Amino acid sequence: MSGAALEVRGLAKAFVLHVQGGVRLAVLDGVSLAVRPGECVVLADPSGAGKSTLLRSIYGNYLVRDGQVLIRHRERVVDMVGAPPRLVLDVRRHTLGYVSQFLRVIPRVPTELVVAGPLRARGVEAEAALGRARAMLERLRIPERLWALSPVTFSGGEQQRVNVARVFVAEYPVLLLDEPTASLDAASRLAVVELIREARGRGAAVLGIVHDAQVRAEVATHVRTLAATEAA
Amino acid sequence: MTHYNFAYLDEQTKRMIRRAVLKAVAVPGYQVPFGSREMPLSYGWGTGGVQVTASVIGPTDVLKVIDQGADDTTNAVSIRKFFARTTGVATTTSTEAATLIQTRHRIPETALREGQILVLQVPIPEPLRWLEPREAETRKMHALEEYGVMYVRLYEDITRHGRVAQTYEYPVIVDGRYLMRPSPIPKFDNPKLDRSPALLLFGAGREKRIYAVPPWTAVKSLDFDDHPFEVEHWDRPCDLCGARGAFLDELIVDDKGGRLFICSDTDFCARRRPAADPPRAMW
Amino acid sequence: MSATVDDRPLLSVRGLGKRYGTQVGCRDVGFDLWPGEVLGVVGESGSGKTTVLDCLSGRVTADGGQVAYTKADGSVVDVRRLDEAARRRLLRTEWGLVHQHAREGLRMNVSAGANVGERLMALGARHYGRVRARALDWLARVEIGESRIDDLPETFSGGMQQRLQIARNLVTEPRVVLMDEPTGGLDVSVQARLLDLLRGLVEDLGLSAVIVTHDLAVARLLAHRLLVMRGGEVVESGLTDQVLDDPQHPYAQLLVSSVLQP
Repeated sequence: MSGAALEVRGLAKAFVLHVQGGVRLAVLDGVSLAVRPGECVVLADPSGAGKSTLLRSIYGNYLVRDGQVLIRHRERVVDMVGAPPRLVLDVRRHTLGYVSQFLRVIPRVPTELVVAGPLRARGVEAEAALGRARAMLERLRIPERLWALSPVTFSGGEQQRVNVARVFVAEYPVLLLDEPTASLDAASRLAVVELIREARGRGAAVLGIVHDAQVRAEVATHVRTLAATEAA
Repeated sequence: MTHYNFAYLDEQTKRMIRRAVLKAVAVPGYQVPFGSREMPLSYGWGTGGVQVTASVIGPTDVLKVIDQGADDTTNAVSIRKFFARTTGVATTTSTEAATLIQTRHRIPETALREGQILVLQVPIPEPLRWLEPREAETRKMHALEEYGVMYVRLYEDITRHGRVAQTYEYPVIVDGRYLMRPSPIPKFDNPKLDRSPALLLFGAGREKRIYAVPPWTAVKSLDFDDHPFEVEHWDRPCDLCGARGAFLDELIVDDKGGRLFICSDTDFCARRRPAADPPRAMW
Repeated sequence: MSATVDDRPLLSVRGLGKRYGTQVGCRDVGFDLWPGEVLGVVGESGSGKTTVLDCLSGRVTADGGQVAYTKADGSVVDVRRLDEAARRRLLRTEWGLVHQHAREGLRMNVSAGANVGERLMALGARHYGRVRARALDWLARVEIGESRIDDLPETFSGGMQQRLQIARNLVTEPRVVLMDEPTGGLDVSVQARLLDLLRGLVEDLGLSAVIVTHDLAVARLLAHRLLVMRGGEVVESGLTDQVLDDPQHPYAQLLVSSVLQP
């Protein structure tokens, strides 16, 4: 992998919609890229090009059959394509963080526990995890009175910030960010930008989708499209 | 004597019952099914006990029959007369003199000795029946020694009453293996089951089961470490014979609530009173 | 809680099949269950998912197949070849079985405390005080107030009965729990609370579980992996979020698209 923390080689992804007569949608066709520690690669394609599909495919949320998704995980290189489910879960627990466009909310779980979740999954003590979660929520300017509530009633922007908090609190070595600042006001955007820069500073490899030109300018080390044939 | 076969039952039936008894003796505490016959007394009046007695009694036996410890209650008298008529054997009220004792709901105070047989009348033989109505399931539980549920019963008692409330028919483990229901004897009598020199036979006529505790077999009453098994105590002696440590019946003797506490075992009590009063009508 | 990826599977099922006359209950079902993992088995009525569970628990005798289970002491047994005594003992100790209807898994005529303590007493616990203390502890863990310990399950609500059933099973700290529609028949709000509880217990205790459900939302919440069944066969298997967000098999796609909010 020559130094990259995340490398995608020739990834192709198509959907066959059996419920609609078997129509085949080819979305990605041989994507290759690499992200080294400390880099933030931003994808610049227009909407509908398949950027989110790429991120979800890397994460294992979409099933990939063609190509390779190599991640440096626990001192070894893991190919997410064809990896057994429990390996994928281990990678997600320790190495690969993903800020999706939507926060999937489990009703009734308080926000601070949602954010502490990834730490608890790694075995961090409840108190310590809660402390870090609260610190992160504070950074992202979620008012303390909301910490004990479930995010299910929050606004889109608040939910987005909870989503960001949940992923960044765990300090993943590899991050997938899908529009992390969409629907955020200027101050919150700034907080997220700082988090991304800090992540880069500690050696995280970031692959992101960012439409906002200003944010892009502040976080990206490389900008490219899906179709680019060489790793930037 | 009328024209009945010896001890009323035909020889084939007696043979069948003896086979069941032998099986029961071979597997202490295990309920052996048997072909219970119609007897000239109703179910619930000791038909099982009578069939067992009828199958083991011989011409040289000396028979004693008691009901709740007394030789002269209706039931005891009827059964004793029944066997007197159909076998001609000698009968007695003396525990020591008897070779074969049929009893309902009590074990005599006088210690039994080797060579004696005690036949107990059993209404419900299955100790797990209170919890599990299915026969197929209780048989499985016995086979697999799944007796946790019996402790559930004790647990519930302690929870509700602070102690195990079962005072009669108290469940026991026989020879470290089978859970047994020792017939409705008071728990006071349970220790007498443990390593008794006598042969203990249990007959349930309606339910068609026979079980046995061979001589010198360990019989342990169920309990918890922090709630050990205890027998009943009275803080006064028998009002007639002065015995302490015997099982006492409480008798109301007048309309003013006067009461006497008297040994339930009539033979035991009478023997302790050299110039015994004749039995009073109220008994 | 995190299981390393090099553990041996706790349960290894191969070729499990059961026919009811000409009717296929399940056919050639195979899967592995790893420590700390929850496997969801989803499908509609008649899919065979309950048959699979019944074959595993021994409630029904499978026609063929192998169910290899790694016991606590490290030895591996084929559960199907165990004699009845050993199988019943397994179900009381290292395995748990949570029925859809709590009544089937509880003794309705003894107190909650006795229900929870029974397994302990069956395994030889003979100290009333300690049995009661353990029962109290577990009732607290399933959020049943300690004042209810002496109440009969008949006086409990449906959700509480189900939580009691769970406590009754978990008191012996089983390593594998089989659950059949654990939230079936409960009101939605009650379901939610129960699911939270199950999620928490699975995480805290590192339980492995096989959960049969027709409710994809339950599967998404509780299961790490899914098996999708139809007509007695497994048509798709994989990571829960992948099977629900990117189903491959036509039937799996139909199932997912049919639900209002998976």
